[in-house]
Order: sequence, then C-alpha cells, then structure tokens
Amino acid sequence: MTLLLDKPAPPQAPAERAPYWTMRRRDTLAGWLMVLPQLAGIVAFVIVPLGLVVWYSVHEWNVLGGTFEFVGGDNYAALADDQRLGPVLRATGLFSAGLVVLNLSLALFLAVLLNQKLRGTVVFRTLFFSPVVVTLVAWTIVWGFLLQDNGGLNGFLNLLGIDGPNWLRSGGTAMASVIVVQLFKNVGLNMVLFLAALQGVPAELYEAARIDGASAWARFRRVTVPLISPTILLTMILTIVGSLQVFAQIAVLTQGGPETSTTVLVYYLYQQAFQFHHFGYGSALSLLLFFIVLVLTVIQWQMRKKWVFHEA
Amino acid sequence: MKLRSLTAAGVAAALLALAGCGGSSDGDSGSSGPVDLRMTIWSANAKHLALFDQIAADYKKDHPEVGKITFESIPFDSYTTTLTTQIGGGNVPDLAWIFESNAPDFVSSGALEPIDKDADLLPSTTANWEKDGKLYAYPFSTSPLGVFVNTDLVKAAGRPAPAQQIASGTWTWEEAAKTAAAVQARGKGGLVVGDFDYKGWDTLNAIWSGWGARPWSEDGKTCQFDQPAMVDAMTFVHKLIFTDKGMPGPGVTKDFYAGDSAMILTQISRAALLEKSKFTWDLVPLPKGPSGEYSVVGQAGIGVFKRGKHADAAKQFLAYFSNAENSAKLAQFFPPPRKSQLNAATLAKANPLLKPAQLDSVVVKGIENGTIKPSHTGYAELQQTVRAALDPLWKPDADVKTVMSGVCSKINPLLAK
Repeated sequence: MTLLLDKPAPPQAPAERAPYWTMRRRDTLAGWLMVLPQLAGIVAFVIVPLGLVVWYSVHEWNVLGGTFEFVGGDNYAALADDQRLGPVLRATGLFSAGLVVLNLSLALFLAVLLNQKLRGTVVFRTLFFSPVVVTLVAWTIVWGFLLQDNGGLNGFLNLLGIDGPNWLRSGGTAMASVIVVQLFKNVGLNMVLFLAALQGVPAELYEAARIDGASAWARFRRVTVPLISPTILLTMILTIVGSLQVFAQIAVLTQGGPETSTTVLVYYLYQQAFQFHHFGYGSALSLLLFFIVLVLTVIQWQMRKKWVFHEA
Repeated sequence: MKLRSLTAAGVAAALLALAGCGGSSDGDSGSSGPVDLRMTIWSANAKHLALFDQIAADYKKDHPEVGKITFESIPFDSYTTTLTTQIGGGNVPDLAWIFESNAPDFVSSGALEPIDKDADLLPSTTANWEKDGKLYAYPFSTSPLGVFVNTDLVKAAGRPAPAQQIASGTWTWEEAAKTAAAVQARGKGGLVVGDFDYKGWDTLNAIWSGWGARPWSEDGKTCQFDQPAMVDAMTFVHKLIFTDKGMPGPGVTKDFYAGDSAMILTQISRAALLEKSKFTWDLVPLPKGPSGEYSVVGQAGIGVFKRGKHADAAKQFLAYFSNAENSAKLAQFFPPPRKSQLNAATLAKANPLLKPAQLDSVVVKGIENGTIKPSHTGYAELQQTVRAALDPLWKPDADVKTVMSGVCSKINPLLAK
C-alpha cells in the first residue's frame, strides 16, 4: 500500500466521461429484462384486449358483412333498453350471493373441524381439496351426468324412496345445482386458506380467553374471527370476483336455461357477442361486468377498516 | 458477463419472435407459388374426410397452382359460432359448409361470392341460397328426414312394424305414438327426435309440418307459434312426452344407435351410424299427419367467402368439387341436389345400407316435395329466444296455448327487425 502511495502520481488523464453502463443502469436494465416476459403477456392478453373492448363497444361490427361503423354511445343506450338484462343481473346476483355465503361458511366450518388435533384430518383435508385440482370442465360434465333426470343422484334418491326433481330442467333447482357444483369445486381452496389462518392464531390467546371463562362460541367469535379476518376479506374478494366470472358450468350444464333462469352476465355477453354476433353490444356488456367487479371490490376494500383486524 | 449474456438472450428472443411473426405471413402473401385452400366442415367422420381428400388430390393433379387443400372439422354444436369468430378475427376460410338455418344471414350479409348455377340443380334445393337471381352457395347435401326403426323392439312390444302400416295405409302419427309408448312402457325409449334434447326445437319441424304448421310466416315477419295448427301439433308432442309416455322426457338420454329406443326421427345421412348395429332396423318416411303426407329436408350449402385470400381459386375448386362426377361420389353420404342423380338407381349404388324402396320413398320423394327446416336472418338469437320461451312447455302440467302465445310475444320484436 505504502509503495503505491510513494509512486509519483500519473499524469492527469483528460476528464473521462462517466461510463454509460453504471451499476444503477445495469440493474435497471436487468430488472426490465426480468419482468419483460410477464409484462409482454399482460400487455398482449390484458391491456390490449381491454382497450379493444372499449373500442368495439362504441362500434357496430357486422362480422359477416365485414363492416365496422362508429355508433357512439348506442350500445350503452341499448343496455338501458334491454329487457333481458334485468333477469340476467338478478340471476348473476343470486348465483354470487348463494355461492359466496355457502362457500365461505362451509370453508370456514371445514377448516375449524380440520384444525382439531384428531385422527384422519389429513385424509379429509385431501378429500375436500382434491376437486380444486380437477379440470373444471371434466368436473362439470361428470356432475351433468349425476344431475340428469335418470342420473346418479336421482337413482340414489330412488333407493331411499324419494322421487328426485329434474335438477337441471326446472328453474329453482337448476340455479341451486349450478351453485352447488361450483361450491364443491372450490371450497377446498378457501378451506386451506382458512386453515392456514387458523393455525396462525396464537394458542395463548385461547388460553387467556378460557381462563377468563369464555365459552367455545365466544372464543370463536371474539378471538378466532377477528384474527383471521384478513383471510376472510381475501377469500371474500376472490370468491365474489370468481362467482361473477362463472361460465363453463353454465355452458355445460344449463346453457342459461331453463328459460333464462341461469343466464348470468358472462354467459349472456357470450351469447350476444359470439352467438348473435353483436360484438359491439357484447363489449358494452363486458364493460358493465368490469364496472360491477370494480365497484364491489372497492366497496369491500373500503369496508375493511370497519371489521378487518390490523386495518382499523 | 452475466448482464451481457442476459442482454444477448433477450435480443435473441426478440429476434426469434420477430422472425416468427414474419414467417407466418410468408405463405399467404406470395402471388407466385401454389395457393392453399381451407374449407371448414362440421363432419369429423373419417370416411367423409377420406372422400374429400381424394377429390382434392384429383383436383390438384390438373391444377398445379393449388397447393394444400385442408378440410377443417369444427364440432357441430359450436360450428357457426366458431366459423363467425374466425371470420371476425380475420382468419377467413376460403370455403365453408353452412347450415340451412343460417343461410339468410350468410346470403344477405354479402359475405359470399356468387357462384355458377348448374341447370341440373333442382329449384327446390337452391331457393334458400339465392338472392336477386344469383346463387351464393352450392346445396351439396339435401338430406330428407325419415324415421329409423328398431324393428326388434317394435316386434317385442307387440306392435306392427311401420313398414306393414305403410302398406296398409295406417302409418300415421297417432299410430307411431302408440308404438313409441308400447316400447317405452317396456323400459326402453320410444321415439327420439334427433338433435332435439329439449333445446333444438327447430328439429320438431319434422313433426309440426304434418299439421301444416310453421314457426313464422313465409315472409318471416309474423310469428305463427300461436296459430291453431301449431298449438295442435305441440299439444300432440306434449301428450306424447308426458301423457302417453312415448318420448324420453327432458334430461333423459336414450341412444337409438345403441339399441336403446324404438325410433329416431333424423336425417337419412345418419344411416352410417347403423353400420355396426346389433339389431334389425328399417328406414321409413315420416308418418302421415292430420294434414296428410309430407316430407321435410335438412340442407347444407358450401359457400366461397369474398374476403377469403383466394376467392377465385376457391370458386374453381367448388365447381370441381360439386360437378356431376363428384356429386355422384358424394351421394353416398350427402343426397345430391341434381335432377339427373335423384333416382333410386343412382342413390342405391352409393348407399349400400339402404334398400332401393327406402331410397325412393324417403330420399327421392322427400327432396322433390320436402319443406326445408326454418331459417331467418338473425337465426341464432331467434333460436335462443324460442328455446327459452318454450322451456315452460316441457313440464307435465304446462298449458300449451299459453306457452305458445308467450313464444310469439318474445320473438315478434325480433321478427319485426
């Protein structure tokens, strides 16, 4: 070191330009390259189509004739005049409400049961989770066979001396059937999320509550629920958004029938755009759906301060 | 080093992507070199495809300017939806099969190229595909509806065979209903209406035509579901399902081709499905309805798309595909629209499964006098709207007249468009 210092200083080099590829720039570039594939996917399959849907929604597109005309807000005005939209929104609301209530309560119930230190819980956990990894359409087709008038479910009911209804062909039971098919498909996922949350609740809180003389219900209500409320919020948002996007089950099981009792918004917009070739109106419907999902999510996000632990 | 290799990889990936994009358009844009043709079809039957490929191969021998000719099978249920989505997405096929029910949509939209009309074509087969005196699609399949009968099941139920009833002049819907109910009472299905499944209501056309009923007026402007003839016909169907129990109910499947039902009302081109059947069967014309003898024809056309990349080459290929010689070959699957070939002798050569008498009574007479399945512009929307409005009919206690009036109130706004 000293030797180096003793050397005469080298002649002053002419003021050298700082290298372009500084550490910071390199890091930035590397960062961009890393996210590029994902970003390209989002741009190509989310942002561009979303922009196109907005563009289509202000046009009348005759696919066969090959004409594409600007119609301004006509497709949005048609939303207000469409007499079929009311029943469609009612069916959508019924499906979502039914699914969210049943899914969250069943998932939480199962998670609480499986959180006990009992034999066989692993088997049950696997059983309830396995539908999550089954292909949605395969799951739905098999349920379609079970729910036929001469299908498996009614065959079983017959053994018990019960004459079962024609599940998919009458208004009330068709909607209930579609909800139940979706419920058992996804309840396992919420169950696992709840289970993870339950296992994160510190045991000493229960102990303290027990010493204070809290009943089992009070411990659940006052300790468990508040502490897992962030997970309840998450599963609620995911389930509501998922329920508004239901399509395959309707397409496979009921095609929107009987009458229009199971024609939910996504199925209706599919019919309008792809079957009736009203791509402009279908695009306006999909923006309506986007708006509904956005509003519901914002409301839940705002409400979280009122009931979600750590958020107040 | 790491960064450099990362950058290199990124650039390489981008170049590859660009090369990939460029590559795909190469085959289409070249004005020199052979042109490729693509025809969408709804059959995936290996024998149909083998015949098409053979016709295409023969064509290419004399036409070096044509490269590959592809027949692209699209599932029957989603055929028109998939086809129009392809067209909307700019991936326009050169040729396509088109259902008769969608004919007005395709013909009136201006999507199709006019094609030459051979004088040999029967006027009844081209009417659906014409506009302002020009023909827009070749009616390659004109398939009458008939009733396939499982004679084993009918005999076992103690009912006379339909062929006998035809001979004695008693082959009526009333008698057919009795036969269907007798078989169904023994645990098998009675009469199945092909492709109906309580959704494809337009297949019932083969029944209500016997009552002289129509879904809408000839000009397509007025609903006729609420007319007395239609109400009577649908009352018959409702009674057959829920009172006589001669037709499998909603949500019940009985496969005729597997020997699970007495009769199926369908197009005669389905005879191929009976090749390996383990029961004896017969093909008979539709039973007589209250308004007398009648026949109904299902149709399919082949059109050339104006916006296809090689419309002229496609037109030339279609002319070859549908010429007299190839039409005779196609006749084994698809009854021809040509006067010269519409006789039992020609058809028998191509249809070894069917007897000359069956061909004469069902095919020849059927095509000459048959009414074609309903069609209308905006058909898909009408189809769905009627489907939803008819759903209340498929219950035991339905009031037929009320339901039928309901159908009209739902579709009148669409017909008026």
